[in-house]
Amino acid sequence: MRINCPHCGTRDRREFTWSGADVALNRPAPDAGEAAWDDYVHLRENPAGASRELWYHDPCGTFALVERDTVTHLVGDAVLAEKVAR
Amino acid sequence: MGYSGLRVIWEGLRGQTGWKPMWRDPTPKAEYDVIIIGGGGHGLSTAYYLAKMHGITNVAVLEKGYLGGGNVGRNTTIVRANYFLPGNSEFYSHSLKLWEGLEADLNYNVMHSQRGLINLFHSDGQRDAFVRRGNAMINQGDDAVLLDREGVRKYLPYLDFDNVRFPIYGGLLHPRGGTARHDAVAWGYARGADSRGVDLIQNCEVTGIDIENGVVKGVQTTRGAIRAKKVAMVTAGRSGQVAALAGMRLPVESHVLQAFVTEGLKPVIDHVVSFGMGHFYISQSDKGGLVFGGDIDFYPSYAARGNLPMKEHVMDAAMTLMPMIGKAKVLRSWGGIMDMSPDGSPIIDRTHVDGLFVNYGWNYGGFKAVPASGYAYAHLIATGAPHETAAGFRLDRFRTGQGIIDEEGTGSQHNLH
Ligand SMILES: Cc1cc2nc3c(=O)[nH]c(=O)nc-3n(C[C@H](O)[C@H](O)[C@H](O)COP(=O)(O)OP(=O)(O)OC[C@H]3O[C@@H](n4cnc5c(N)ncnc54)[C@H](O)[C@@H]3O)c2cc1C
Ligand SMILES: [Zn+2]
Repeated sequence: MRINCPHCGTRDRREFTWSGADVALNRPAPDAGEAAWDDYVHLRENPAGASRELWYHDPCGTFALVERDTVTHLVGDAVLAEKVAR
Repeated sequence: MGYSGLRVIWEGLRGQTGWKPMWRDPTPKAEYDVIIIGGGGHGLSTAYYLAKMHGITNVAVLEKGYLGGGNVGRNTTIVRANYFLPGNSEFYSHSLKLWEGLEADLNYNVMHSQRGLINLFHSDGQRDAFVRRGNAMINQGDDAVLLDREGVRKYLPYLDFDNVRFPIYGGLLHPRGGTARHDAVAWGYARGADSRGVDLIQNCEVTGIDIENGVVKGVQTTRGAIRAKKVAMVTAGRSGQVAALAGMRLPVESHVLQAFVTEGLKPVIDHVVSFGMGHFYISQSDKGGLVFGGDIDFYPSYAARGNLPMKEHVMDAAMTLMPMIGKAKVLRSWGGIMDMSPDGSPIIDRTHVDGLFVNYGWNYGGFKAVPASGYAYAHLIATGAPHETAAGFRLDRFRTGQGIIDEEGTGSQHNLH
């Protein structure tokens, strides 16, 4: 598997650490309540197919939001996680 | 008719003409008392114990592929009771006891072999942790023996004891640990359930779960709608998708775990052995192949095949621990889809829907759990109350934070186990 880093281009999977589904970008407010936090920390779509997820590129220290298919392992576009509107 | 040594000889004498298929191939009825979704090890053992322990036989197991085609036929077959935390300890202890009587109970040779499991340690700190684990195992009534370096050498002379980075300090021996023939476990339970009247329905994918006013009414399948008073989900790596049919989001991620097997060799590895400084464990199958594996690939996957980095890690670790393995040729590798729960421990529970039950979260260790999981799930489905050995496996423990069973001590979060 080769993954796209928005800064560095396509690199070997070894350079990346998988860092969670895209739900990780939707951190609730501290007082949002138990259900919202349960949703964020535990509950998952866990899709079989198209997926959006965070990969950390270890060499450049970037979190990329990457499109990947969990059935075919086909990797698509990637954007900087910090640029993603929440 | 039962299986026996005499029967094998008798059939040999009359040209093997008397064997019958081990289970029927029934068409689904319009309604069942209980529908079990998923014909893996856990679904089949659940059906068996529903019939055997609770006399509930109007049961169907719906399997989207063929029986035993999922993880139950893809694992590395290790059976052990070396857990540490309350919640897990009593459950796996119960499971091992069921294993020990399984072949007689099922009248089926599952090739359960208690050849002993040795977990190696490579530092003083690791030794302390294993002493603690061993004591927990003994407290639970199971067996554990601390081996020093020379003790390990007696059993496993072929290891690289003086490896510069990871010298072997000793090992924790679990004499009752071992392996079993994975397919045979699925087949044995299938035959036992079928002979008690359970319908095993293959090529039947569940595509919908019918719920009215918070009560389960049945399922939609690729072979039509089937009504049921109770529905039990137990689909391992597919648990998230099946629960979604009931409008549920589960605390689950599906990851791929790989395994490897070499060409058949003469007996060389008599135990199950695990390395303490990398992800590698190994045993030798009765056919002679060295069966080994490591950790998950650490990204979600439904591909049932893994990537090169984990393969390399496993091979590196193997060569570090037992350089002789470099002479063996790897024949095959494959992957299975693991139902990873946040704390690494399973769930056997009711759901918010009346009559709908959930069983998943077996991570990479659910083969040894097949007997006790089916036993406990059948108890829950039949009586409505959790079985005492599985009382800790509650679904709401993640939301409430109460009763987390974090066996590895890494925290109760995804992607840490
Ligand atoms: C490589 C590898 C090594 C392992 N090693 C070990 C080990 O050494 N020891 C150990 O204890 N455990 C081990 N495990 C874990 C163990 O195999 C699993 O935890 C266990 O088999 C999961 O339960 P199961 O048998 O019920 O799953 P499965 O056999 O996967 O059963 C689930 C079934 O549900 C069916 N299904 C899914 N969706 C639907 C649907 N919509 N409708 C109908 N049916 C459906 C699937 O087709 C499948 O047959 C290993 C796993 C792997 C992959
Ligand atoms: Zn980069």
